[in-house]
Amino acid sequence: MMDDLKSLYQEVILDHSKSPRNFGKIEPHTTEGHGDNPLCGDQVTLYVNVDDAGIITDISFEGKGCAISTASTSLLTQLVKGKSKGEATELFGQFQDMVTSSPEDTNRSEAPDELKVLAGVKQFPMRVKCATLSWHALKAALENKAALATSE
Amino acid sequence: MNDMTTFDVEKIRRDFPIFEEKIHGKRLTFLDSGASAQKPQVVLDAVKSAYAETYANVHRGVHYLSQKSTELYEGARETVRAHLNAESLDEVIFTKNTTEAINLVAQSYGLMALKPGDEIILSYLEHHSNIVPWQLIAERMGATVKAVPINQDGEFLMEEFEKLLSEKTKIVAVTHVSNAIGTIVPVKEIIAKAHDKGVPVLIDGSQAVPHMQVDVQDLDADFYVFTGHKLFAPTGIGVLYGKNKWLEQMPPYQGGGDMINRVTFEKTTYATGHSKFEAGTPPIVQAIGLGTAINYVNEIGFDKIGAHEQSLLAYATEEIRKLNNVRIIGDAPHKAAIVSFTMDGIHPHDIGTIIDQAGVAVRVGHHCAQPLMDFYDVPSTVRASFAMYNNRDDVDALVDAMQMVQRFFA
Repeated sequence: MMDDLKSLYQEVILDHSKSPRNFGKIEPHTTEGHGDNPLCGDQVTLYVNVDDAGIITDISFEGKGCAISTASTSLLTQLVKGKSKGEATELFGQFQDMVTSSPEDTNRSEAPDELKVLAGVKQFPMRVKCATLSWHALKAALENKAALATSE
Repeated sequence: MNDMTTFDVEKIRRDFPIFEEKIHGKRLTFLDSGASAQKPQVVLDAVKSAYAETYANVHRGVHYLSQKSTELYEGARETVRAHLNAESLDEVIFTKNTTEAINLVAQSYGLMALKPGDEIILSYLEHHSNIVPWQLIAERMGATVKAVPINQDGEFLMEEFEKLLSEKTKIVAVTHVSNAIGTIVPVKEIIAKAHDKGVPVLIDGSQAVPHMQVDVQDLDADFYVFTGHKLFAPTGIGVLYGKNKWLEQMPPYQGGGDMINRVTFEKTTYATGHSKFEAGTPPIVQAIGLGTAINYVNEIGFDKIGAHEQSLLAYATEEIRKLNNVRIIGDAPHKAAIVSFTMDGIHPHDIGTIIDQAGVAVRVGHHCAQPLMDFYDVPSTVRASFAMYNNRDDVDALVDAMQMVQRFFA
């Protein structure tokens, strides 16, 4: 029992949930995306700066969430900073493939090690949405949709 | 514990086969009956027998099985009538669940009674199912929804309610027991005050009927709704009690078979009584299961069930309070056996996942009561909801598991 839990709540996850990186609101920002998890009421907002070349030059977040959701968002912000919009979208796909049991695209390359700390979520299907919420919010931000992203 | 001499919780537990199951290899600590209760063997047997031995559609055939099935189904209606002390069988309408019962009243009564500028009074304690149906009809009819506030302990503020009541008020819809924090709402007093102004009242009894005896005539409720699955019965069956004087005036909610008197393309006349609101083949077996569940709880007796649950609530509250950094949400003096709480720095979803590994089942989230969560400024809570089959071991298991969570996040 503790093994599954330990793989879900790894030290890195606990660390990022207790001291999330890039927490707060960057001003000004070129776009933002909001994520709502209707199951638990959790919310996250990502603030993003994208330059003319389509590179994410800065990113931060605010919101209330569980350890999984907060850590996942914190890791996301670290990972996509400096990446292009296309690269960020590819990371989202890799992340989804990793945490869901039926990958969308089996030819896609594996998620980078920084994201693999969240692979344990796969054993807890009810928690997958916690891990993917901020990625949906990022997608909304990059597509510059004013619309709300949900993890549904 | 005095009540143990007459109330044998271990015997009751043996009536529920689920308690033989191991969860992640552990003893099951089921503290989520507020979401849906477990089923006793007698209900499972009744369901099986209704399908295996007496099944046919009701109200249709002249053959033996249809007659038998109709007798059992209508027998369940009589069981519900007697249990609620409703005056007549016509006042007992079978629905899919509480949500459908409320939507029925909102749409049917609302269509009949609401005009632009009218008001519907709810409270901050409501489940979304007693909010959203009213918003839908209010929007359609140009009416407004008002909510009675609560205090920090989670008590309904009667004086605020009286201030909101006016000649614009066309209906009051409040819960009997808060699903999220357990407050028992003084519905009899609310009904009396609304009636002083000539306003009918709907009571959402979903969380009340598993814990206490309800007498609709004593309450003088105009509508009283509940769902079967929280009362140890199958899913898919709910009850709308409505006073005849309202039901007779209200238009049908859904059209179909069984709710008509005579159909022609020019003009259809509707059935009277409960049939007017029961279009289509009903949840026959589920209703039979509900009747069986009601007989089962009445054999045990709500005086004993209530005493047992109150003693568990007191014990659970005391033990949970001993935990560090835990805040109990809702501390009304009159509560049903529901304890909702948060833990500093640890999200309810993480708590739920971790204690599940110890076999402890609780509900985590907003409990479909987001306005109430907003009032307490929390996105969600952990909710332990007790039923008659819970015992002190369940409380101890919860507290042990919570200590494990604290060690985990230490």
